[in-house]
Amino acid sequence: MKHLLSTDGLTAADAIRILDTAEEMAVVGEREVKKLPALRGRTVVNLFFEDSTRTRISFEAAAKRLSADVINFAAKGSSVSKGESLKDTAQTLEAMSADAVVIRHWASGAPARLAASDWIDAAVINAGDGTHEHPTQALLDAFTLRRHWSRIAGRTSLGEDLSGLRIAIVGDVLHSRVARSNLWLLTTLGAEVTLVAPPTLLPVGIESWPCKVSFDLDEVLATHPSAIMMLRVQGERMNAAFFPSTREYARTWGFDDERLAALEASPAKDTIIMHPGPMNRGLEISSAAADSSRSTVLDQVRNGVSVRMAVLYLLLSGDDSAQPTPAQEARV
Amino acid sequence: MSTSYLIKGATTAAGEGGVDVLIRDGRIAERGRSLSAADAAVVDAAGLVLLPGMVDIHTHLREPGREDAETVETGTRAAALGGYTAVHAMANSMPVADTAGVVEQVHALGRRSGWVDVRPVGAVTVGLAGGRLAEIGAMAQSRAGVRVFSDDGICVSDPVLMRRALEYVKAFDGVVAQHAQEPRLTEGAQMNEGAVSAVLGLAGWPAVAEESIIARDVLLAQHVGSRLHVCHVSTAGSVEIIRWAKQRGVNVTAEVTPHHLLLTDELVRSWNPVYKVNPPLRTDDDVTALRQALADGTIDVVGTDHAPHPSEHKECEWAQAAMGMTGLETALSVVQHTMIDTGLMNWSRFAEATSVLPARIGRVQTQGRPLEAGEMANLTLVDPAARWTVDPHKMATKGRNSPFAGLELPGAVVATFFAGHPTVLEGRLNAPHPDAQKD
Repeated sequence: MKHLLSTDGLTAADAIRILDTAEEMAVVGEREVKKLPALRGRTVVNLFFEDSTRTRISFEAAAKRLSADVINFAAKGSSVSKGESLKDTAQTLEAMSADAVVIRHWASGAPARLAASDWIDAAVINAGDGTHEHPTQALLDAFTLRRHWSRIAGRTSLGEDLSGLRIAIVGDVLHSRVARSNLWLLTTLGAEVTLVAPPTLLPVGIESWPCKVSFDLDEVLATHPSAIMMLRVQGERMNAAFFPSTREYARTWGFDDERLAALEASPAKDTIIMHPGPMNRGLEISSAAADSSRSTVLDQVRNGVSVRMAVLYLLLSGDDSAQPTPAQEARV
Repeated sequence: MSTSYLIKGATTAAGEGGVDVLIRDGRIAERGRSLSAADAAVVDAAGLVLLPGMVDIHTHLREPGREDAETVETGTRAAALGGYTAVHAMANSMPVADTAGVVEQVHALGRRSGWVDVRPVGAVTVGLAGGRLAEIGAMAQSRAGVRVFSDDGICVSDPVLMRRALEYVKAFDGVVAQHAQEPRLTEGAQMNEGAVSAVLGLAGWPAVAEESIIARDVLLAQHVGSRLHVCHVSTAGSVEIIRWAKQRGVNVTAEVTPHHLLLTDELVRSWNPVYKVNPPLRTDDDVTALRQALADGTIDVVGTDHAPHPSEHKECEWAQAAMGMTGLETALSVVQHTMIDTGLMNWSRFAEATSVLPARIGRVQTQGRPLEAGEMANLTLVDPAARWTVDPHKMATKGRNSPFAGLELPGAVVATFFAGHPTVLEGRLNAPHPDAQKD
């Protein structure tokens, strides 16, 4: 694996390897000195064509914990024409000997374009591209799910996949890179996925996706899924007639207090509520749901750093599966 | 320099072998067998197919205004190499070809270049803005003698404006060539809407956005008794509507591009903007329907929609990239590959679809004519047994945006005769028509 561009096509073996490595990285995050020398002397560039404080600082923390040098490049608002700037910026970073480029871009496919071009030789990590994919988000979600359900089952999560889990992903699937990346990854890892959304926020062509589709959130909740993943919905979608009003959206598709109460009253004790953030409290998720003990929102943020450390480590230390993990190295 | 050429032993589009054609003073002087003419340069055409010079109903030459993308000179060199003797230059130049002055300029540039007949297309609306009619009559009466009017690149979406344009062009036997794309349904659209766009997260371009406009326009054309031409048909549904309209006697013609006969939206998975085009590449089912429609005549003609772009407009993110592909130098080969080598049509239908009918749609009197004595010698000589690998860097067009790059294709243009003069000989550019410089 030279780049991480999408979870579509990522094998279960590769995904589990990333998750297992992330478990080892998580141990580092619990130590007093949260630092490994693994990427000393390597340069990681955070190339952000779109605002994203959370993802950027997560990648920055991940790279720094691996002792890499980090350069933050906010290309948004650059006066260079957008088309030229990707090529020119890439060549500039190449000239500066970047080893990895973490790219967030408003245009779907920009990371893949960068990776396929001869503009730059660095490893490319997709930190979210348009409405296409956000693979590290899906990996951290899978990591969070795996940890939670392994703990319930009393097993170690190492080496495990997600067989037997049933995940509901709820909201604006059409515009969500998080939904796409999660669908591919979670199903590759053996989970069953149901997408729940108003028909206007599901893409034409979804029939060929490996999932169930429902327009009825309550019906899906009644099946007691292992996790409910709420997607951020932008209120402005209302203006493009994707739904009539934010109130109607919240009532019909939001995880509100009534739905939380119904879940609490059900036998689904261990069902978790996930959200990639940032949340619209009161729209797709109520404050009570976001703050409930079932919510994994902050676990997801914490796990994000471990997963991104794993991705950076695996990409920059070569794709040799015989390569020792940092923990194994530490034992030598 | 000889002005007489004797083509020896050609096979005609109709399949007749061993045909000799003597070209003298711009015209076909004689057609027969075992002809000889001491003063004529002999062109050995054994194994070659002799076609009426190809006529493109849909070309973007970019001049005036975007000479970095293409000029009339480079575009018409590409056309000659592709076997064309006439091209219709679309109106979306800068300034837009919406006045007699601009169409006359493009026409004059074509005559000065001397590689093919350049027939300017006039804009339907001022500045392609869809607001009010351009001076269609003035363009028709200009020295350019415009007969085809199109806002190509943009749809004439206002139904009243479209109705008026269809009515108005009747005054001089013109035709409105519609770029069928409902604008609201395609806001921000990046590719065909379907299974692939769903995965890639690119805004979709639904087939219905094309089909609804075609449906409206054929009904309008019927209502006002006008001539309608549908540019670059790309969906199976559009084919059904056009078939239905023709059965009802609507005076509608339609075109398909070579790229829509071969490529599908699966290619977008590469994220390479060379595959970004308007209308977008569609699905396998659409390709099958388009091929069938071209074979049975529901789609009348092949139009290249040759759209050269400077490399910086393609070396970027998909969403930022310009739409369009070059096509003049690959059209013959792609059509042979998709239609003739598959047995869907013969060279006779090829001649009809690439020469006779586009000339008729554009009312180009001297093009697409029968292979008979007295006719203007606009001819293309093709080697159907040749195979070659597409290399955009070896093309005459300035555009490097060929979606066929690296593909091995059949069929090569050996010679092109434009008004009796070989613009292409032995597969290479020869010289522009000697009358060109006199203008």
